[in-house]
Amino acid sequence: MIKIFKHLRKREIILIFISIVFVVSQVWLELKLPDYMAEVTKLVQTDGSEMKDVWIAGGKMLLCALGSLVSAFIVGYFAAQVAAGFSSRLRSKLFNKVGNFSMEEINGFSTDSLITRSTNDITQIQLLVAMGLQILIKAPIMAVWAVCKILGKGWQWTAATGGAVLFLLIVLSVVMIFAYPKFKIVQSLTDNLNRVTRENLTGVRVVRAYNAENYQEAKFNRANDELTNTNIFTFRFMSVMMPSMTLVMGGISLVIYWIGAFMINQAEAMDKLTVFSNMVVFSSYAVQVIMSFVMLAMIFIMLPRTAVSAKRINEVLDTKPKINEGSAEKSGTNTIGKVEFRNVGFRYPDAAENVIEGISFTAEKGETVAFIGSTGSGKSTLINLIPRFYDATEGEILVDGLNVKDYKFEALNNKLGYVPQKAVMFSGTVSSNVSYGENANKDNGIDSIKNAIAIAQGTEFVEKMADTYDAAIAQGGSNISGGQKQRLAIARAIYRKPEILIFDDSFSALDYKTDRALRNMLKKETNDTTTLIVAQRIGTIKDADKIIVLDEGKIAGMGTHSELLINCDVYRQIALSQLSKEELENE
Amino acid sequence: MSNHGPMKGSPNTVKAKNLGKSLKSLVSYCKSYVPFIVVAIILAVCGTIFSLIGPNKLQDITEIIEDGFMSPSGIDTDKITKIAIFLVVLYLLGFVFNYMQGFIMSTVTQKISRSLRTDISRKINNIPLSYFNKTSFGDVLSRVTNDVDMIGQSMNQSIVAIVTAVTMFFGSLLMMFVTNALMAVTAIVSTIIGFALMMFIMSRSQKYFIQQQRELGRIDGHIEEIYSGHNVVKVSNAMKDACEEFEEINNKLYNSAWKSQFLSGLMMPLMNFIGNFGYVAVCIVGAALVMNGKITFGVIVAFMIYIRLFTNPLSQIAQAATNVQSAGAASERVFEFLGEEEMSDESGKTKVLTNVKGDVEFKNVHFGYTPEKIIINDFSAHADAGQKVAIVGPTGAGKTTMVNLLMRFYELNSGKILIDGVPTDELTRKNVHDLFCMVLQDTWLFEGTIKENIIYSKENVTDEEVVSACKAVGIHHFIKTLPKGYDTILNDKANLSAGQKQLITIARAMIENAPLLILDEATSSVDTRTEVLIQEAMDKLTVGRTSFVIAHRLSTIKNSDLILVMKDGDIIESGSHDELIEKNGFYAELYNSQFEKAS
Repeated sequence: MIKIFKHLRKREIILIFISIVFVVSQVWLELKLPDYMAEVTKLVQTDGSEMKDVWIAGGKMLLCALGSLVSAFIVGYFAAQVAAGFSSRLRSKLFNKVGNFSMEEINGFSTDSLITRSTNDITQIQLLVAMGLQILIKAPIMAVWAVCKILGKGWQWTAATGGAVLFLLIVLSVVMIFAYPKFKIVQSLTDNLNRVTRENLTGVRVVRAYNAENYQEAKFNRANDELTNTNIFTFRFMSVMMPSMTLVMGGISLVIYWIGAFMINQAEAMDKLTVFSNMVVFSSYAVQVIMSFVMLAMIFIMLPRTAVSAKRINEVLDTKPKINEGSAEKSGTNTIGKVEFRNVGFRYPDAAENVIEGISFTAEKGETVAFIGSTGSGKSTLINLIPRFYDATEGEILVDGLNVKDYKFEALNNKLGYVPQKAVMFSGTVSSNVSYGENANKDNGIDSIKNAIAIAQGTEFVEKMADTYDAAIAQGGSNISGGQKQRLAIARAIYRKPEILIFDDSFSALDYKTDRALRNMLKKETNDTTTLIVAQRIGTIKDADKIIVLDEGKIAGMGTHSELLINCDVYRQIALSQLSKEELENE
Repeated sequence: MSNHGPMKGSPNTVKAKNLGKSLKSLVSYCKSYVPFIVVAIILAVCGTIFSLIGPNKLQDITEIIEDGFMSPSGIDTDKITKIAIFLVVLYLLGFVFNYMQGFIMSTVTQKISRSLRTDISRKINNIPLSYFNKTSFGDVLSRVTNDVDMIGQSMNQSIVAIVTAVTMFFGSLLMMFVTNALMAVTAIVSTIIGFALMMFIMSRSQKYFIQQQRELGRIDGHIEEIYSGHNVVKVSNAMKDACEEFEEINNKLYNSAWKSQFLSGLMMPLMNFIGNFGYVAVCIVGAALVMNGKITFGVIVAFMIYIRLFTNPLSQIAQAATNVQSAGAASERVFEFLGEEEMSDESGKTKVLTNVKGDVEFKNVHFGYTPEKIIINDFSAHADAGQKVAIVGPTGAGKTTMVNLLMRFYELNSGKILIDGVPTDELTRKNVHDLFCMVLQDTWLFEGTIKENIIYSKENVTDEEVVSACKAVGIHHFIKTLPKGYDTILNDKANLSAGQKQLITIARAMIENAPLLILDEATSSVDTRTEVLIQEAMDKLTVGRTSFVIAHRLSTIKNSDLILVMKDGDIIESGSHDELIEKNGFYAELYNSQFEKAS
């Protein structure tokens, strides 16, 4: 929790100190008010005092109130600047950090968790800093100072005030002890209710097909009852807070006057007036003391939640990315478009076994190399090593004769065009999505965008859209279909005119016809480009120059379609499961 | 307690389209709880009145003390004690009343929330499927949790708050005037000045709040986008651009954030100042009056408390008004969903079909998801009992439409689907569903044991039947290898492959054991060995049943008795494999495309 404040800048720390000064003056001014009130009381009770003196005292009171307001404004101004500036910088640090993460770190945290850390958790911190500067600092100063002021004025009153504070603290802690743990449970019960509802929604066809409506509703009612009962319990507990505050606030004035009556009665005639004015003033101070303690308690209720947020942010900031860039701008050789794996192995961190092992092959300029194998055979892992989403744990990967680890990220990425399994779209337009990012080879003309989309078989649907190439794409591409997203993602890679194209199972959302047309165009238009394809369908890869069959992370066969049908069992099995014998013989 | 999604907007900025109407529906929904709410309100009003009497009595005490100054017999402490004890009792009663009020209200609002949630859940199962075409699941989900929570919380906080605040406001006004008119005017004027100041600031700050909310939404969206597309961003060398855009939004956010933070931070000091200002005004005017002998000092003491009681309700009412706004917006969304049209009532249908042979006939079927756009035009076909019907076509051709029509998830525009000669629309939906077992491509499993997932809603299923179904689909052995066997709970942690999940849903269909079958073939993301298993399991399931198979691989359907070829929602060709190849139409083209070489 404290650690996160190391990210404060000098200017902010100075602002915080200035704020403290103003808080102190604010407290001083506010506590000065009852002092003048005492003066007024005395003036009023003493015969023959001038009205003018009352006005002067009153004027001073007003000045104090105004002064305290101005101080509070200044504190609020600084607090807002510090809180917003601090959180904005934390957010930016977090964003840049995540930008440098590799897949390993991202998967370690999970994308969803990183998003909440960068948004909700930061907002929590901002709230605490802003509130904290105004209340956390003020409350204890106020409490201590007010206590000091009332200390000498009668132990009976002090004891009464102490009793009131104690009573409130006990009520607060009882509520906390019993209700707080339930709050955490409420969160998980809400999640549970959400889960059951989502279950019913996603399976709505199955639910109806099996006439299971009552089954689902019974399940929902169980979750609903659990949540409601826990909620009722906590809310009933919580509802003791407000009445207690009212009781204490009302009670403290009464008790002070009650005790006061006896004290005045016992006082010497000369002192009676002093005790009387003390009594009036004391009741004002007592209210301040109690309010301060209540505010402090509120902060302590807020604190645990913010501490969790701070911890979660620190976790991200403290993580060092494992993959760092090399220094080479160029490969230093004249080779272009060559990818070579030399005895490459990879193991996920903490995993017991290698996912892939002993992978060696070469893809020359213009060649198409395809990877096929069952799920979990390591196809995607293998090609994810080229753009360094992960680093190979054994052996080396060379692009144009230089190890990928020696390249600068930018230099390596400029050689690559990568299309992931799940197409990623950014909010913007069709064109901005296709021309996304930076590339040394890129010319910014609309013609090359059109050309890339044409190769990716997207022209037809793009030109049907309202603004064609300037048509808006919503966040996550939610306004176009899966197949359309995939085609735009492919166009994006083609547009970069890379030396090496990598398709990680990128054709799965396309039907056979589009798949084939796309591959035909690709072959024609990007003849010089080395292409690496991971695929599930035999049809997609049949024509590759080289097919690599993977089985449990090892190469089970390498060759062309017809070669593999003869000499590779695994390949034949896959082929048979997708095409019938006669279809295969039809070739 | 609500779900904090990254894109959630501030409740302050959400406004109901028709606040009056949605609040009215909320009130009529709460009808049965009205007596309780009334009791709570009465309790709250009593509690408030009690706390209003306090300052008045305190004034009496002060006056007795003052009188005691002069008199030789000293202060009449007995009298003071009497008043004090009366006040203590009053305050304690107030405490009890206020607590009872809180107790009742939190119970009532939670029960209302529960019944709202139950109604939404029931509604989900009674609303036509077409509703979910235009509404996302996330939207319905947020009505169940966020909106209902919002209603519950706002009701809990605002109903009583408004009543007590109004009582307190007018009560203290009355008490002040009764005590001393001039002092009352002083208190009111000073408060109004303060509030005018506050209103001015608040109206200026609204702009920054909205701006902050918008920038916050933008930055959350940007973060979400870049994080989830991290791979592509990196490999496209776009991280620099992304960072620049981020900094731009972040700067804008900083500007609006600190302004709105500052302005909202002013509220408390301002309230404080209004209190202090009133305090000062009351003290000075009071002092002047005391010196003129018009009032006693006790009046000042009373007013020092009245001014606090008087200023608080104003801000409470403002807060409650915001709450009512958000409750209105939330209940609008909830009642909009609850008011959606339900599926037609079928209680009048008496025809029941049992012991079905399995003849299925499509007779002049016309159908469209919207009446303006009919996608299936005059389709007729016949499948004999036990035959296999395959439905093929490119992705997005509308193959699931056929499932929707067979299961009567949607109603036909005209024409009939007959089972054993009986039109399905003469049967209840429940009866139609009983006739089919169904295996869909998206393997739907829920959190529960494997056994529960297989038996699902079917009653009186023995363990032996479950085991034999699992043996038939070839997953029994795998289940046995799990530490808890059939009692293993399926959740995110349970590591089942897509294929194994599919097998479990096939076992579920076997247990259902209906005469007709709808089958969606396995996804492409299943490894070869499991795929063979699934194919075998599905083949077993089709034995003796009239089956409708949605095919993704053309190789598996060649032996079908009838093939329906779909494109753009419509059935464009139908017939056996050989007939269709001979016809040399779309099917033939589709079929041949998988063998053509890329050239």
